Parts: sequence; C-alpha cells; structure tokens
Amino acid sequence: MPSHPKLAAEFVKNKERAHWHDQALWFVRSKRDKAAQQIPEWELLREQASKIKSYTVSHLPDLLEEFERNATARGVQVHWARNATEHNEIVHGLLKKHNVTRVVKSKSMLTEECHLNPYLERHGIEIIDTDLGERIVQMQHMPPSHIVMPAIHMKKEEIGELFHEQLGTEKGATDPQYLTEAARQHLRQKFIEAEAGITGVNFAIAETGGFVVCTNEGNADLGTSLNKLHIACMGIEKLIPRAGDLSVFLRLLARSATGQPITTYSSHFHGPAPGAEMHIVLLDNGRSEISGSDEFRRSLNCIRCAACMNTCPVYRRSGGYSYSNTVPGPIGSILGPAKDPKANSTLPFACSLCGSCTDVCPVKIDLHHQLLTWRKELRVKGLLPFSKRLSMKMMSWMMQAPGMYRFVGKMARSIVPYLPRFMLYNRLNDWGKQRELPIIPKQSFREWMKQNHDDK
Amino acid sequence: MAPKVGLFIPCYIDQLYPQVGIATLKVLEHFGVDVEYPETQTCCGQPMANTGCTNEVEPLAKRFLEIFKGYDAVVCPSGSCVSMVKHHYDEYFSGNAEFDALKAKTYEFCDYLTNVLEIKTLSGRFPHKVGLHQSCHGLRELRLASSSEVMGPPFGNVRVLLESIEGVELSQLQRPDECCGFGGTFAVAEEAVSCMMGEDRVHDHEQAGTEVLTALDMSCLMHLDGIIRRQKKPIRVMHISEILVECL
Repeated sequence: MPSHPKLAAEFVKNKERAHWHDQALWFVRSKRDKAAQQIPEWELLREQASKIKSYTVSHLPDLLEEFERNATARGVQVHWARNATEHNEIVHGLLKKHNVTRVVKSKSMLTEECHLNPYLERHGIEIIDTDLGERIVQMQHMPPSHIVMPAIHMKKEEIGELFHEQLGTEKGATDPQYLTEAARQHLRQKFIEAEAGITGVNFAIAETGGFVVCTNEGNADLGTSLNKLHIACMGIEKLIPRAGDLSVFLRLLARSATGQPITTYSSHFHGPAPGAEMHIVLLDNGRSEISGSDEFRRSLNCIRCAACMNTCPVYRRSGGYSYSNTVPGPIGSILGPAKDPKANSTLPFACSLCGSCTDVCPVKIDLHHQLLTWRKELRVKGLLPFSKRLSMKMMSWMMQAPGMYRFVGKMARSIVPYLPRFMLYNRLNDWGKQRELPIIPKQSFREWMKQNHDDK
Repeated sequence: MAPKVGLFIPCYIDQLYPQVGIATLKVLEHFGVDVEYPETQTCCGQPMANTGCTNEVEPLAKRFLEIFKGYDAVVCPSGSCVSMVKHHYDEYFSGNAEFDALKAKTYEFCDYLTNVLEIKTLSGRFPHKVGLHQSCHGLRELRLASSSEVMGPPFGNVRVLLESIEGVELSQLQRPDECCGFGGTFAVAEEAVSCMMGEDRVHDHEQAGTEVLTALDMSCLMHLDGIIRRQKKPIRVMHISEILVECL
C-alpha cells in the first residue's frame, strides 16, 4: 500500500489545490467553533457524552442484547455479522429474498467499510448512493475522501464536468444550484424506481430498540418510506443506552460536524410500517477486539462527526485519499492499524502530535495519545522501518553517554560550518529541501557555562 | 534560602541555540533563583518516544530522574520537553515516589516565571510587533494557555507578560493556535506537509505584521526560522527567553 507521506507529498505538490482544501475545511472548523461557543455548557456536554459512550463500550454485550430484545419486540428483524463478508451476504440475502434489483442507499460509512456497493453490483444489483456528495464520488467510482463531506476534495468545476458527462448538464456549467437541481432530478428518478432502501445508523437506543439516522438532505427518509424494505446497517459501537441520552449526542454531532445546531433531518425509526419490513444488521468487524484493549477502547466512542479531520492540519493539507483507509484523518489513523497494522503502518505517523483533534472531539477521545500509542505498538510488532529503528537506537546510545554526546556536538560544530552547501543540502537531507538548517553556533551552552559561569 | 533550581536545557538548545539557555539562566538569576546546570544531562528522549521506540527512552528517563531528583524545582525553556517528562515518563516509573515528586516540580520556563515566581509584568521596553506562536505541547498538553478548540474563558500568562512590556504589540492571527508542522521526526518523515504547515504559519504572521516571531519552544522556531531564512522573509525569530532578557 502506498505510504501516507508519499501520497501526501503528491497532494501537496498542487499547492493551489492543497491550500483550497485546507481553507474549505478550516471554514467548517471555524463554523464549529462559533456553534460550540453558543452553548455555555459545551464542555459539560462533551464530558457527559464521553461518559455515556465509555459506559456503553464497557457494557456492550448486555446493551446489544437489550437492543435486540426491544427492536425485535417492535417488529424489527435483527441480524448479526462478524465481518464484512457476513454483513454483505446478509444484505444480499434479504434483497434476493424480495427479488430486489434496484436499491437506494443513504450515506453510510459502514457500508463503505464493507465495500457493499461493489459486492452488490457484482451480484447484479444496482445500488445508488443518494447523499449528493456520496453520489458524486460514486459516479467517479471513488470512495468518499471525508466521512461527512464525501466530495469535499472536488471543485465545482470538476463536478460540472462530471455531471456533464454523466447527467447531460450543460458543458462548463458550474452554478451549484443548477448542478444540484440536475442531481435532484436524477436522484428523484432513482428513488421512484428503487425497491429497497439501505441506511446507516447514527444512534441505536438499547432502551427502546429504535434508531436514529441523521441527514441534511432527507434522502434516508425518502429512500426508506417509498419502499417496503428498509435495511439499516450499523457498527455495534453506535449504541447508546437510553433515549434520554440522545439529546446530548444530537446537540454535539451536528455542531461538531458542520457547525449546524442540528442536522436538518434526525429521523427516528421504531419498527416497520404496516406491510413493510425493517431489518438491522449489527456488524462487529474487529470492534469487539478493540473494545478489549485498554489503550484503544476509547476510539469506539467515536460518533463519526469528522471534527478531528476538519481540525487536523495534516488531513487538511494532504486530503482524505492520502490515508488509503475508509475513515481518514486522526480517528481513521487509529482504526486503520487496528484492522491491519501492516497496511496502515504509516498512518499513526501522519500526525504532528499537535493535539487539536483531542481538544475538538465531542466525545473526548484522546486521539493524539492513541496515535502515539500506536507508534509504540508498531515498533513492538516490528513494523517500523529499519532506518528509523536504527537511528533511534544510535541516538539513545549516544544520549546515554554524555561524553560521547559532547564530543559529537563539538565535532559537528567544528566541521559543519565549513562544508560546501551541496554537501549539506542534497537529496539525503529532507530537512533542507524547503528549509535552512540552524546556524551552527561557535560553542554549546555547556561550553559557555564552563567559560562564563561555573567559576563565578 | 532561595530554592535550588536544576536547569534542564534540551539537547538541541544546548548544541544549536546556546543563547536561549543563556537567556533563560539570566532571567532566572535576575529574579533571585539559585540555578544549577547539571553537567551530565543530555536528552529527555522525546525523539525516540515519538517514533515509538520506548525501550530506547527508558535509560534516558532513568538518567533524567537521577540527575534532577535532588532539586527543589526543574526548569526548562521548552514546553515540549517538559511535557515529555510530565506526561510520557510514567510507564517507566510505576509507583516510584521520587519520580512523582520530580514530575510535580518540573516546569516550563514561563510557567515557573509567571506561576511560581509570580512575575506578571516586566519593566523593560521592546518596541516591536511580536507574533506569539502558541506551541502545541505547551498549549494542549501543559495547558499553559487556552486552546481555540476548548470552550471557556481564555487564559494564558505568557500573553499577559508580553503585553506588560512597553512597546510590545501582539499580532492578531487568522489562526491563533494552529500547529507549525514541526512535530519532531514528523518534520522529516512528512516533509511535504510539514513545510506547507510551516509556510502557512509564517504567512499568517506576515499578514499580521509580525516583526519578531516568538514561542515557548525553540523547536517550533527552528522549523519556522528555517522556512523564513530560505524564503528570505523579514521576520526575526527569538525564543521568549531572549525577549524577556532584553526587558530586565
């Protein structure tokens, strides 16, 4: 798998685009700040959300059973999937049973994680993403580059070009309203033709057996109410214990995600309509394993608001695709290695450890500490490059010997200032590509102390 | 009797920025602190820790404890290295009372100055537009000032101290506390993103009219200065201690 630094460097090469991407996301982060400032109890809410989620994750088996009991009592059919394959087979089985060949789907990162679209397409089923951003990337046969704004990396000119090719809009048209209207007409047709609706789940409530789906476009509601078959796909960590907890999360989610007070639609589902079927697929896919880890358990508190991505100075400049992972950014860099440490070994290093993600997180996940912990884990698993391990070993060895440290410093100070520039600035020196090296002083602090201070 | 302070000068400051160590020492001595510089200190191990090589950190952490445990306080002109000691050494010292005591008495230089010595104003003059770079570890690990992500009343003694100096005008930045992109080994491993981050920080300061760029961490400044000098920008870089020593 291509490493993060390599893909990031490619993205950054187009300075103009990288700046534009950075500014688009910073705009969202600023909106979040303004929305959070309006809630005097913001920090209390975060604390409460964190506690509810930590409680949930540590009582997951019991709460899931409670959810299953209550959902079943409401006429929802509950399915359990251990991994992505089982998940896709369950969904496919349900569609086959109802002879469904056309499906509309509301945005769901879980189905992205399971690669449900290509799976169903291979089995002759048309599956259309109905969230506008997600539909745009689907037309390009690309995954989302951001979990809340899937096409945030694309400019309106590019979307105009794509729509011209795929939807027959006027060539060169870039007016967002015109393009959105074209997408709306196209999607309206798909909604009418579809025979089943698939949605994700933002929150499932153990106490009631109901669940909530949040969208800004109403596409989940349209997709599920026009059809007799609703399949909801949910990661087991999306649970909350009580209906009363919802208020905490609904207040935090949209504000953290986009700076909105609340999502336009927060739709509550509590069982099928008469004559219809409602199914929920509960997916584990490595989550139980994470819940057993003292270090990484808290990453399951995540409510997928993407605030950590919007604030991350690395994500903003390197783009979502540089992570080669369904969930990019800080939280993705924790979840990715948990699933496949080898393939994702560069992700925990795609971070300057600035800690902004930790401070922005509405459920108080200590993201940057977990990224640091992942670095240790990678070292233990032997997944650090040899050059890194060797240089750190040598540095540690030198630092344990003050005499050696002093000697090396003195040597460097007496040689480096006299070296010709090409010997310092070449392709071996990544520091010097765009930066000057520090100006080497005549003496170290220690030497100065000896001359000027110690004999006082 | 004045408290005996062990001066903890990070390896890169010792080797590359002796003037920062000297300024720190002079400021502390000016305020009557009895400072001692333990000769055998080297590095706190942060580069190794940040790379995940915790085995390589352990002997350095143990040396650190041996060298500094006898002082009344340990003071260091780098928030990042202080955070290393206070937040990332615990795994080597489970139940060690000597370490717990050391941890509690290890201070970032400005933290010691403003909170322990309670110096809130300086009488000197520094007639410049000063850009304060809020280094992440001081901000979000040591909580030396409020970060823009966390809601609540703003705080930060360094800003107050700088504003007390006659002639200082602080720059108003578009992004008051975004990371400069240094991040230790990140600066090299993710060179492209690191430099773009640095460039953006410098640009923000340039727009705000910063004449002197300062921070509590010389490492952030080393990175930003590298970019400033390469791009020949008219911004002077000074560690906070270098400004303070001029205002005594």
